[in-house]
Amino acid sequence: MDLEKMTALELAEKIKQRQISVLDGVKTVFSEIEKKESRIHAYLDLYKKDAYARAKQVEKGIAEGIYTGPLAGVPVAVKDNICVKGKKTTCASRILENFVPSYNAEVIDRLERAGMIVIGKTNMDEFAMGSTTETSAYGITRNPWNTEHVPGGSSGGSCAAVAAGETYLALGSDTGGSIRQPSSFCGVTGVKPTYGTVSRYGLIAYASSLDQIGPVGKNTADCAALLEVIAGRDPKDSTSLDRKDLDFSGALNQKIAGMKFGIPKEYLAEGLDPEVKDAFMEALKILTQQGAIVEFFSVNTTEYMIPAYYIIASAEASSNLERFDGVKYGYRAAEYDGLHDMYYQTRTDGFGEEVKRRIMLGSFVLSSGYYDAYYLKALRTKALIKQEFDRAFEKYDVILAPAAPYTAPKIGESLKDPLSMYLGDIYTVAVNLCGLPGITVPCGVDSKGLPIGIQMIGNCFEEKKIFRSASAFEKGKEAVNHETV
Amino acid sequence: MKQYETIIGLEVHVELATKTKIFCGCSTEFGGAPNTHTCPVCTGMPGSLPVLNRQVVEYALKAGIAANCRIHQLCKFDRKNYFYPDNPQNYQISQLYLPICYDGWVEIDTSAGRKKIRIHEMHMEEDAGKLIHDEWEDCSLVDYNRSGVPLIEIVSEPDMRSSEEVIAYLEKLRCMMQYLGVSDCKLQEGSMRADVNLSVREAGSETFGTRTEMKNLNSFKAIAHAIEGERERQIELLEAGKAVVQETRRWDDNKESSHAMRSKEDAKDYRYFPDPDLPPVHISDEWIRELRESQPELKEEKQLRYQKEFGLSEYDSRILTETRQLAELFEDVASLCGNPKKAANWFMGEVLRLAKEKGREPEKVSFAPEHLADLIEMVEKKEVSPQNARKVFEKVFDQDIDPVVYIEEKGLKIVEDTGLLTSTLERILEENPGPLSELLGGKEKVFGFFVGKMMRELKGKASPDAVREALTKEIESRRK
Amino acid sequence: MAKIIDDETLDNVCILAKLSLNEETREKAREDMQKMLDYVEKLNELDTEGVEPLSHIFGDRNVFREDVVTNGDDRDAMLANAPKVKDGQYLVPKTIG
Repeated sequence: MDLEKMTALELAEKIKQRQISVLDGVKTVFSEIEKKESRIHAYLDLYKKDAYARAKQVEKGIAEGIYTGPLAGVPVAVKDNICVKGKKTTCASRILENFVPSYNAEVIDRLERAGMIVIGKTNMDEFAMGSTTETSAYGITRNPWNTEHVPGGSSGGSCAAVAAGETYLALGSDTGGSIRQPSSFCGVTGVKPTYGTVSRYGLIAYASSLDQIGPVGKNTADCAALLEVIAGRDPKDSTSLDRKDLDFSGALNQKIAGMKFGIPKEYLAEGLDPEVKDAFMEALKILTQQGAIVEFFSVNTTEYMIPAYYIIASAEASSNLERFDGVKYGYRAAEYDGLHDMYYQTRTDGFGEEVKRRIMLGSFVLSSGYYDAYYLKALRTKALIKQEFDRAFEKYDVILAPAAPYTAPKIGESLKDPLSMYLGDIYTVAVNLCGLPGITVPCGVDSKGLPIGIQMIGNCFEEKKIFRSASAFEKGKEAVNHETV
Repeated sequence: MKQYETIIGLEVHVELATKTKIFCGCSTEFGGAPNTHTCPVCTGMPGSLPVLNRQVVEYALKAGIAANCRIHQLCKFDRKNYFYPDNPQNYQISQLYLPICYDGWVEIDTSAGRKKIRIHEMHMEEDAGKLIHDEWEDCSLVDYNRSGVPLIEIVSEPDMRSSEEVIAYLEKLRCMMQYLGVSDCKLQEGSMRADVNLSVREAGSETFGTRTEMKNLNSFKAIAHAIEGERERQIELLEAGKAVVQETRRWDDNKESSHAMRSKEDAKDYRYFPDPDLPPVHISDEWIRELRESQPELKEEKQLRYQKEFGLSEYDSRILTETRQLAELFEDVASLCGNPKKAANWFMGEVLRLAKEKGREPEKVSFAPEHLADLIEMVEKKEVSPQNARKVFEKVFDQDIDPVVYIEEKGLKIVEDTGLLTSTLERILEENPGPLSELLGGKEKVFGFFVGKMMRELKGKASPDAVREALTKEIESRRK
Repeated sequence: MAKIIDDETLDNVCILAKLSLNEETREKAREDMQKMLDYVEKLNELDTEGVEPLSHIFGDRNVFREDVVTNGDDRDAMLANAPKVKDGQYLVPKTIG
C-alpha cells in the first residue's frame, strides 16, 4: 500500500475499515515532509507532536463513533493566515512574528469536529499579497514539479504541500486567485467557494469583501469533501451565509451531457502563453466528448477587472492592516521616539515591500480628493462586471477559463516588475469581485514539465455545477502522470 | 465695540444602555478591572469580525423617531481610519454616507421662549478605549473595556446662539434619551459627551464665520464656560484684525481656557469607506411602525396631560415629569389612590423634600406605589393623622415598609371608638377645673387649650375634628 | 492624464499609512505607485454614469446579534501577545492630549 499516493478519501476509507490506523496517515505525511521539506519549504510551522497525540485521540473517536465523517483521521495543512489557538499565526509577516491567537478560526473548529488532524501551517505571500509565495518574510516555497520555479501564490505553501505529498489536504485562502492560481502551478485541485460560504472568522483579512477560505487537494472529490467540512453559516461572521445546498459530493458523479459552457473570448487573446492555450483547448474536447456544449462569448469588462480589483483590494487592505501597530500584538520596533515614531518604525520594519506598496496605494485611493475618482469608480466597475457575469450565467451553466496566462515562473522573475505580476491575475480576480465559486483542476503539462490548470467558474451558490464539471473532466482525462521531486 | 452673534452647533455622543457592546458579546458594565470586558473583536485581534447588536439599531431608531428624524431604511457602516492607541483597529466603525437617522428637530424652552433646533443626523458608532497617563513611567496605558461600547452621535445644525440655548438643548436630549430608556446620559461617567462647534459673526451678517471645535466637555458648567471663553477669544481675534483658524481645541476646565490640539502627524483625512465586514442594515416600514407605536409618552406630552387630565399646575406638571421614573411612580400612586391632586401634593411636598434632604436623585426614588396610595387613602378616611402619615411616609421612602401594617402595629390608627375619647375628655376636664369653669363661663379662647391637651394625650388616635365635636357636645350639655 | 505622484502626495500617503521612506526606497515607491495609477487610469474609458457603486455582493438581509453577554474574561491570553504591558493594560509611548 502506497499510503502517500492515496487521496484523502481513500485514506479515510482505509482508516474506517481498520486496514490502517490514523497514526499511519500522520506518519506518512511527516515522513514525506522529512524527505522533501528541505527542498520545498512549504511549511512555516509543523505540529508533529500534537499531530501524533491527536491521531490517537481521533482513532479512539472513530472507534467510539464520535467522528463519522468521510475525512475523519485525515491530516490537513493550514495556510498561515488562519488562526489556530495557541499556535503562532504569522501571515508570513515579520509584523506578526510572535503572534499566538487565543482563539481558533471557525474553520479550525470545523476541521476538529470532523476528526481531521491539523499538522502545520503553510507558507504564503505576506498577508496573501503576491502571486508567487516569494513575498513571505520567512523564505520562499519551491514548486515540487521543478524547484527552480515558484509554486504560485499566495497559497503557495498549501498547494506545494499537497503536490509534494506533504499533506493529503490543505486550506488556502483566495482573494484574487490565491487558491486557483497556485493550484494550477502545482498541478493540484483548489476551490474558491461562493463568498460567504466559509466563515472568515479567524482568517486574517487581506481584503474582506473578496477573501474566502477554500480547500486544496489531490482531486475534486477530496476538495468537495473538505468544503463540506468547512462550509456553513457562522454567527461570528456577518457575511457568512445560511446555505442549505452544501452536499457537494453528491454532484460528483452526475453526467455533464447537455450542460452549457461559456468561454470569454477576451481571455484567450494576447498575453496567453500558447502552450497554456493549447492545453486549454484540448481540455474543451474532453468536455464536448461527454456531450457538453461549449461556446465562446464576449466579456467587455475584461480589461477593467485588474484595475478594479487592485483598487478595491488595496483600499481594504490599507484599512485592515492598520491594526498592526506594535500596541497589542506582534512586532514593535526596538527604538522609537514617541508614539507616532513607534507606528512608523514598527510598520516600516514590520511589513515587506509588496505589502507596503499595496497599503500606500490603498491609502491613496481612499484619501480625500481621490475617493470618488478611484475607489468609487472601482466599485461602479465592479457592478458592471457583476452585471456581465449575471448575464453570462443566464446562458451558461459554467464559465471556463485558464487559471493563469502562463505556467509557474522561475524564482526571482516576478517581483522585479509588480505591475506585470498583477496582470497575471487576469483570469481569477473577477470571480472574487463577483463573489462567484471557482475551481482549478489540472489539465496538462507544458514542455518544461510544469503543470497547467483549467478553471471552472459557477454562478453564485452553484458549486455543485463546477464540482460536477470538474469531476467529469477528471474522469475524462487520462491521468497526467508525473514525477515530483 | 461691534455687536457679535455666536453661532453654535453641537455633536453630542450618547452612550446607549445596552447590556453588550455594539459588535461583540462583551459586557458594557461600567468600572470593571482594566481589559476584563474585552474579547478578540473589541481589541482588534487579527481575524476577528464584528456582528451588529440589534438593540443598538433599535435604540438609535427610537431616538431618531423621538427627534422627528427621517430614517435611512438602507443604512451602512463605514470605517473612519486614524491611528490612535485607544482605537484598537486604528479605524472606528461609524456611519458617514448613510447615517441611520437624519433631518430632524427638537424644541427647546429658554427665557426667550420656544425654539426649534434642527438635527442634521444621528449615527451609530463604537466608543474608543480609555488611555491613562502613567506619570511614573512617562507612558500611557490602554484599557479597552470601553472599546466597542455603542454610541449614537447626534449632530445638530448651527442653530444655537447662546450657552443658555446649548444647555437647554442638552437637557432636552438628556431628558428625551432617559424617557426612551435609550441611555442614562450621565455626563460624569461619560455616557453623554458634547463637542461644541462655535463661530462668531457681526450682528446682522448673513455668512458664517470660521468655526472651531471644542472637545473634552464633560459637564454643563464646563460647556457654558467653554462657550463663553471661546466666544470671547474669537471676538478678541476679530477685533484685533486677526483671523480665526479652523481647528480643534481642547477645553481645560481647571484653567478655564482652551488650547489647539495640533499635530503634524494627524492628516485629518479619515478615508471613510463602507465596512466590508458589515452588510447594510435594512429597516422595514413595519419595524419603524412597531417602534413608533411602542414609543413611550415623552415629557412634553405628559406635562400637558397632567394639566388637562389631573388639573395640576404648569409648574407641578413640569417638576413631576422631570424624569420618567418619578413621573411613572407618581402616575401609579395617583391611579391607585384615585386622587391625582392629592398624590401630586404628596410628591411635590414630601417625596421631593425627602429626596432633597437625603441627597437622592429624583429618578432613584423608589417605593411601592401602593404604599403611598394606601397612606393617602388612610389620611383621606381620617384613619391616620396627617402628621403621623408624614412620619410613616419617611419609613416608606427609606425602607418601603407597608404603612397599613406599620400604623396598626404602632397603634397610630385613629380610633372611632368614642369610649377612649369620652374617658380621656372627662379625665382632662376633671384635672383642669380652672380652665373648665372659664370655658363654661363663656371664655371661648380656652376651647383651644383643651383641644391641644386632648390631641397630645391621644397621640393622633383621634382626629382634631372628632375631639372638637366631643368637647363642644360635652360643654354644651354641662352648660345646660 | 493620471494623477502625478509628487512629493507632497507621497508624504501625505506616508502619514496616512504610517510608513516612512528613505532616499533609497522613496523613488522606487513613487515609481511603483505612478505606474499603478497610470495603469488603473484605464477605468476612465469605462462609462459608469448612473451605475451604483457595489460595496457588498450579498447585502440583502439583516445580520444581528441579540443583546446578550456571551464573552468571558480572556484578558491574560490576549495580553500575552502585547509587546509591553503594565497592570493589565497595554503600554504605549505617552499620548498627548
